[in-house]
Amino acid sequence: MNTSPWAALLNIFGVLLVAVLLAALLTWGERRLLGFWQDRPGPNRVGPFGTLQVVADMIKLFFKEDFVPRFADIPVFVLAPTVVMAAMLLGFAVIPVSPAIGVIDLNVGLLFFLAMSSMAVYSVVLGGYASNNKYALLGGLRAAAQTVSYEVFMGLSLMGVVMMSGSFNLREIVQAQENTWFVLPQFIGFLVFFIAGIAESHRLPFDLPEAEHELTAGFHTEYSGMKFGMFFVGEYLSVILISALITTLFLGGWLGPWLPPVVWFLLKTSVLIALFILLRAALPRPRYDQLMHFGWKFMLPLSLANLLITAGVLLWIQ
Amino acid sequence: MTGVIAQSVHIESPYSAEAEAFIGDLRREYGQADYWLQPDCLDMPTLWVAPETLLPLLRHLKTEISRPFLMLYDLSAIDERLRLHRGEREAQQPQSDFTLVYQLLSLERDLFIRIKVALPESRLSVPSAIPVWACANWYEREVWDLFGIGFVGHPNLRRIMMPSTWQGHPLRKDHHARATEVDPFSLSPEKQRAEQEALLFKPEEWGMSRASDSSEFMFLNLGPNHPSVHGVFRVALQLDGERIVDAVPDIGYHHRGAEKMAERQAWHSYIPYTDRIDYLGGVMNNLPYVLALEQLAGIPVPPRAQTIRVMLCEFFRIASHLVFYGTFAQDVGQMSPVFYMFVDREKLFGIIEAITGGRMHPSWFRIGGVAQDLPEGWDKMVREFLDYMPKRLREYEGMVLKNKILQQRTRGIGVYNTDEALEWGATGPGLRATGLEWDLRKRRPYSGYDQFEFDIPTYDGGDCYDRCRVRVEEIWQSLRIIRQCLDNMPSGPYKSDHPLTTPPLKARTMHDIETLIQHFVNNSWGPVMPAGEVCVAVEATKGLNSYQIVSDGGTNAYRARIRTPSFPHLQMIPLLSRGLLVSDLIAIIASIDFVMADVDR
Repeated sequence: MNTSPWAALLNIFGVLLVAVLLAALLTWGERRLLGFWQDRPGPNRVGPFGTLQVVADMIKLFFKEDFVPRFADIPVFVLAPTVVMAAMLLGFAVIPVSPAIGVIDLNVGLLFFLAMSSMAVYSVVLGGYASNNKYALLGGLRAAAQTVSYEVFMGLSLMGVVMMSGSFNLREIVQAQENTWFVLPQFIGFLVFFIAGIAESHRLPFDLPEAEHELTAGFHTEYSGMKFGMFFVGEYLSVILISALITTLFLGGWLGPWLPPVVWFLLKTSVLIALFILLRAALPRPRYDQLMHFGWKFMLPLSLANLLITAGVLLWIQ
Repeated sequence: MTGVIAQSVHIESPYSAEAEAFIGDLRREYGQADYWLQPDCLDMPTLWVAPETLLPLLRHLKTEISRPFLMLYDLSAIDERLRLHRGEREAQQPQSDFTLVYQLLSLERDLFIRIKVALPESRLSVPSAIPVWACANWYEREVWDLFGIGFVGHPNLRRIMMPSTWQGHPLRKDHHARATEVDPFSLSPEKQRAEQEALLFKPEEWGMSRASDSSEFMFLNLGPNHPSVHGVFRVALQLDGERIVDAVPDIGYHHRGAEKMAERQAWHSYIPYTDRIDYLGGVMNNLPYVLALEQLAGIPVPPRAQTIRVMLCEFFRIASHLVFYGTFAQDVGQMSPVFYMFVDREKLFGIIEAITGGRMHPSWFRIGGVAQDLPEGWDKMVREFLDYMPKRLREYEGMVLKNKILQQRTRGIGVYNTDEALEWGATGPGLRATGLEWDLRKRRPYSGYDQFEFDIPTYDGGDCYDRCRVRVEEIWQSLRIIRQCLDNMPSGPYKSDHPLTTPPLKARTMHDIETLIQHFVNNSWGPVMPAGEVCVAVEATKGLNSYQIVSDGGTNAYRARIRTPSFPHLQMIPLLSRGLLVSDLIAIIASIDFVMADVDR
């Protein structure tokens, strides 16, 4: 990696900017894709193919009354949405986009990501608690319970990859996939992490903290304007982050023939993002307790078994 | 034709063998003779009793008589104070200022009966029927709210349709019917505060405690503005965590006084109002109204008109069930099906529009027939739809009904059995989902349904999932009925030749002065219906819907009672949701399939 300060700055702001822009663009992309799958046009009025919808939405969000309810716990209420944005953007720091692009090359990159994704839940829980609204409170409670149960095997599902590559460093993990992508030997780990990733980013079918049909808007019921916008962008950031991480860990990151590494990386990530959106279009939402049962009684044993088998196979090979 | 205003008589008594059998059974098995059988009520047996003997008679009819009347089908009242025609000689009805009307249904007998109680203005109270039928609760509250008749022993006799701050009882004849009859409305800050205060949910009023031994309850207002309550409907929930301890449904936010409007609209001009009762049912709402008037005036409906009516009603049954199907999936979190189903509904509305010119509210049935003949090429459109729909339905089955997550969410949730359904007045698909094969179209056919071949789908789980499956099967059966309409559409007139049909036929107006005057009067005042009382029920999209029409020999209804299926269904919500989670409540609400206009009228 280039170490000149200008290149480093370019790297940092480049990744930051692209991440935020992608998240913003995704607000349009998701609606267009959903529209496509649901036999309807989706937003297609502003700009070519509706691409400027993002700008229109931003203008709308900025000019909305930034309402803080009198009954809310105001400092927490104001801070909560920033946490998710900050945590998710920090998470991007460890993602190796290509051999040349990537903000920081941490030895514990994977752990750093897990830490950041755990941080994000504070946003939801505190937002729900500080709103002093019953729907928001129920949403916050659900988020806390959901995160506690899904965090556990989210970490466990990645340990197979770590064992196979022998490193927590994401760059080394990518390089370890030179011959085979980890999605093949670690297919169970991939599935478990993918499901946990949906739960982490609170997307259908795991959008229980939000659960429009039950809790009106769940934890962000009381939020409006740019504060709501931050939750919104935070959610898309986490979708991108999880997709980028799955690409890095299981799909060989930037590796691929013919095309430049960045293109490969973006391509793989986009496919995963589209998969996220497709799931949202296709599946209903399980009940809260069913989700917990699924997590503790099915996913956790599965990821433990995966861990044991991987360890066993690795020992046997050596 | 005999005069300027056509005199008409009831058509030959539809007093069937079942009704005769019931009267025989009553004479034999009910020891007392403390009732009076009204001889000129030709739509169903009508018994008058004194307030003291009401409960013993109701109890006898529910529990002791052979083939009992298990369902309290309806309960309402009539303000008789301005009524002129109350029968003559031996048919003279008892002196009464307010008459309570209990309507019972026996599924075994396929028979409705009416129990009437005459009340003087000085003593407007009767014992509550809740000990006999649990579902009397809301009906009695409604009668109290709209007529001011008290029910002794009712646990919570408070207003249900009107705001608790309302003055007067709207369906009384001395209550104003239009805002222009009273002073302009103003809302001062104090009044606004008082109104808001009145909307506050106070658990104590409903016998709920604020805390148990182990925990403090949370009271959650689900609605009146909530994405999943299908309109303006509030359920106040008593929650322990996310578990529902108890629920209090609160209705009335959509109340528009449709029954009061019937008393000022001409017979003909009330038809569009009926469309807006179950606003997903379209012309299905016109049907019981025009059928009742046709029975009252003795208007024979030509076969073509009947078949057109059946076809359109079944189209609207499909349209309504498609909305149900989509929103049901949506309420358990599945985003997409509703869009596909609205596409189909749009196709269906294309046909409705080609035939009637309207879409959701065509108001297309007329007294004596339908508004116009079918347009050229209707059969092609209908055939295309019939060929298109089955493939889509099979796709939805894989998408929705076979989805494991959806099954987990809805199986075994919100269960009631047949006995509970009858006790609470549940009809329609909700009743058939408990395993009971009872459909009014088969059991008491109207509008020529006996000419069609179709099955009554049933499932016996009685849960949310089965309520959905019954409706999906009903879409298939409706397609079958429409196919038969298409293949066998009779020729002939689309409207009866009777002088009371609306709008009056014009063919002979230029030939003689009598028919010219008849035409002029019927067009300007509207027709004058003969005095009498009649009630006709139909199997509407959501259950049994009936219009009970009291005519005082005028150009508009003296009283029109609209019995809608959704009203008793909503009353069951606490029964179904106790002990379950908030998410389950949403599935239950979705599976009931109601629209608030149908509940509040």
